[in-house]
Amino acid sequence: MNRDLTLPIDEQTARALRVGDILHLTGAIFTARDEAHHLLLERHERGDEIPFSPSEMALFHCGPVVRPTDGGWDVIAAGPTTSARMELFEDRFLEAFGTRIVIGKGGMGPRTQGALERVGAAYGHYTGGAGALAAGRIERVEAVHWLEKLGMPEAVWVFRVERFGPVLVTMDSSGGNLYTELDATVAKNLESILAQIDRS
Amino acid sequence: MNEPKLIEALVDGLRIAAAHLPTDVVGALREARGRETSPLGAAQLDAILENVEIASRGEIPMCQDTGLQTFFVEAGCRSPFLPAIRESIEAAVVRATTEIPLRPNTVDPLTGENPGDNTGRFMPYVNWELVDGDDIRITILPKGGGSENMSALRMLPPGVGLKGIKKAIVEHAAACQGKPCPPTIIGVGIGGGADIALKLGKKAVLRPIGSPHPEPTVAAMERELLDLVNATGVGPMGVGGRTTALAVHVEYAHRHPASLPLGILVQCWADRRSIVHLAPDGSIEVR
Repeated sequence: MNRDLTLPIDEQTARALRVGDILHLTGAIFTARDEAHHLLLERHERGDEIPFSPSEMALFHCGPVVRPTDGGWDVIAAGPTTSARMELFEDRFLEAFGTRIVIGKGGMGPRTQGALERVGAAYGHYTGGAGALAAGRIERVEAVHWLEKLGMPEAVWVFRVERFGPVLVTMDSSGGNLYTELDATVAKNLESILAQIDRS
Repeated sequence: MNEPKLIEALVDGLRIAAAHLPTDVVGALREARGRETSPLGAAQLDAILENVEIASRGEIPMCQDTGLQTFFVEAGCRSPFLPAIRESIEAAVVRATTEIPLRPNTVDPLTGENPGDNTGRFMPYVNWELVDGDDIRITILPKGGGSENMSALRMLPPGVGLKGIKKAIVEHAAACQGKPCPPTIIGVGIGGGADIALKLGKKAVLRPIGSPHPEPTVAAMERELLDLVNATGVGPMGVGGRTTALAVHVEYAHRHPASLPLGILVQCWADRRSIVHLAPDGSIEVR
């Protein structure tokens, strides 16, 4: 189903998202890669202030190309990075911050799947490499955190987006997982392809 | 011909590669969209095609991973400009990094340090091939990390034969799932030694889509492999669908009796290339 969502969304809305839904998001999203996950979790554990509201925004696994302009920023390209690297942190991250939508590339593992189910959240796949398309839906940079400490790709960028998508839900809060379904199909296809080669 | 003019042309070449997907690739993506029956796969191809259009119109990088800048130089041994090539390429990469801009992607593997300008030890990488003649053809290939991570070398026992080669390629494409950002271009290098197989595979990637190998039996194998890879159902971005690869290109070299090296080079859909041609009179063409 195609859904236009305005962020923030509540738990009930997040729990209604299903594998196969194609989302277009309007509102605020923030980027976080490996280093930012690590840093945000540390701050959470120490009880330090977080200078934005992760529960009200979508989390985007992304290391953008950003160019400074007069007093601001111009986002040049902002496609997703491989989400599997964040599997180390994501379950704790979702439990700590209550983020309802995670966007990335390639899917995540069983720990994240469990957290999506407990917290009430969904994982969405954004088309890999579509950095210019993504940048075009970013209206402005609202803030950047820890830029000096983490550098451009790893910093936390807060973007105001307008109909950001297509975000394809591939893991949902009811246990739905496109990757495990597809793996089974591909394994079955592969078996018959290999048999076909043997017969040739 | 002077060096500033060559540097300018190379910066243009880097910009064209980063922002404008070659027409053969765009055509193949459109055909794949037309064939796609999976709505999820079709949505991925729509997003890719829209992205390609936006990047081209705005002349901005189509992907935030602007790649490792790699150069294939076919150098005519009688060209008067050979000594200028290496330095001009380096200077062009440094300039292009801020002008286009490109993401600084060269990292010291021992210290983790990033010089910030896409240069470093052996970087930008230049593949030299001396050929007869007096002109120089430089092919620029900005290669992304996600798909390069999915490239592989198999040292097969020769006894597995052609069937074993085909199986290894299809098994690899299935195992890659969506990680190399399909639909991909798969470059296959068969034979030679380990390094030769990988190099042939990378050269095979450079060949435009729709230009089969000149030997009919190899061309037939390319078509067969493409059908087999697409039968896996991995689909665009690994969400399922009919097109996992846009093309499979095969190159080969004679091998040692004891070894059958197989290089599998995977190129993401953002198959970015451009060519800078340097004529002996100093005139330069960029496309």
